[in-house]
Amino acid sequence: MIGTKILGFGGYQPDKVVTNDDLAKIVDTNDEWIRARVGIQSRRFARDDETVADMAEAAGAKALAASGLEPSEVDLVIVATCSTESPMPNVAATVAYRLGIPAPGAYDLNAACAGFCYGIGAASDSVRAGSARNVLVIGAEKMTSWIDMTDRSTCIIFADGAGAAVVGQSESAGIGPVVWGSAGDQAHKITIEGRNGALKQDGQAVFRWATTAIAPVALEACRRAGVTPADISAFVPHQANLRIIEAIARKLGIPRDRVADDIIHAGNTSSASIPLALSRMAEQGRLQPGTPALLIAFGAGLSYASQVITVP
Amino acid sequence: MTDQEILSGLAEIIEEIAGTPADEVTPGANFVDDLDIDSLSMVEIAVAAQDKFGVEIPDEQLKDLKTVQDVVNFVSKNS
Repeated sequence: MIGTKILGFGGYQPDKVVTNDDLAKIVDTNDEWIRARVGIQSRRFARDDETVADMAEAAGAKALAASGLEPSEVDLVIVATCSTESPMPNVAATVAYRLGIPAPGAYDLNAACAGFCYGIGAASDSVRAGSARNVLVIGAEKMTSWIDMTDRSTCIIFADGAGAAVVGQSESAGIGPVVWGSAGDQAHKITIEGRNGALKQDGQAVFRWATTAIAPVALEACRRAGVTPADISAFVPHQANLRIIEAIARKLGIPRDRVADDIIHAGNTSSASIPLALSRMAEQGRLQPGTPALLIAFGAGLSYASQVITVP
Repeated sequence: MTDQEILSGLAEIIEEIAGTPADEVTPGANFVDDLDIDSLSMVEIAVAAQDKFGVEIPDEQLKDLKTVQDVVNFVSKNS
């Protein structure tokens, strides 16, 4: 059976920079509190006329270019998203068309903030099963469409952006088995209700869950990939909150300098956060090709997914 | 477990999570005012305390534990 690997990353952030000071003008908060509590210094907001598909296309184009593949070599496009403008048409088919990929399989995947790791798992399985030669996996979110900008518990955290990766064939396992799961008994902890709802979460409960239940999942993903946390060259968890990121890294014993902290200048972009972090770390030369990186995503559902990938 | 053992175990936890030197973790110390520990760190401390002492501190009870001694008493009473 063939293995799979990541062929390239791409990322996109909207132009509009929003600092903590900008937010302090519209809600009762301040820069120091946000940095201490969440770790964010600045984030990006999409334009009003900028869609999830626009951002997905931009990130997807870059990942495709990085992979060196022709569009016609891509057989499947998966867009992980939970913030689309409407239920249909899906984003994936539109983005595939815009990227010049001729009639690939195309579906959107909603596992909220866990979406990208779910997407990588599904993509890897599709390639190994022979359902696709290469898969474009995109995480794209316009969270600001679903945030109450007068709610200081959420408007300081969530932001917009997209990231993508191309998954292809490999002689050896460049993507480890996915460890995924859910805790539907806690579904009510992170919600957007109704057609015009705003995101609400029980922050303290989510913090507790993320800092207790998630590290064991990451450990299992390492075990299934045949590595230990000590072997990991880059730990890239969902960029939910810097305190959560550091707590999980501490539990795994991974040194702080190997931990992605893209949230500082990106905010929490849900399923875009991991691929956006990876693409920026790759651009900055902070990833070591050929070494194992550990990804773990978690969020509404509650849901989670983790795998080890070999850095391309 | 004696109160002293709980206190010193708690001081270790607080040092690891909040970076506060263990000798500053005195019984009367208030988490927020004296030790500069916010509610997110309190959750981490509660979880570590559960691992160490086998006593669960749910969120609803955690908010009433204002000083180090409050936590020592809670652990002692529930262990």
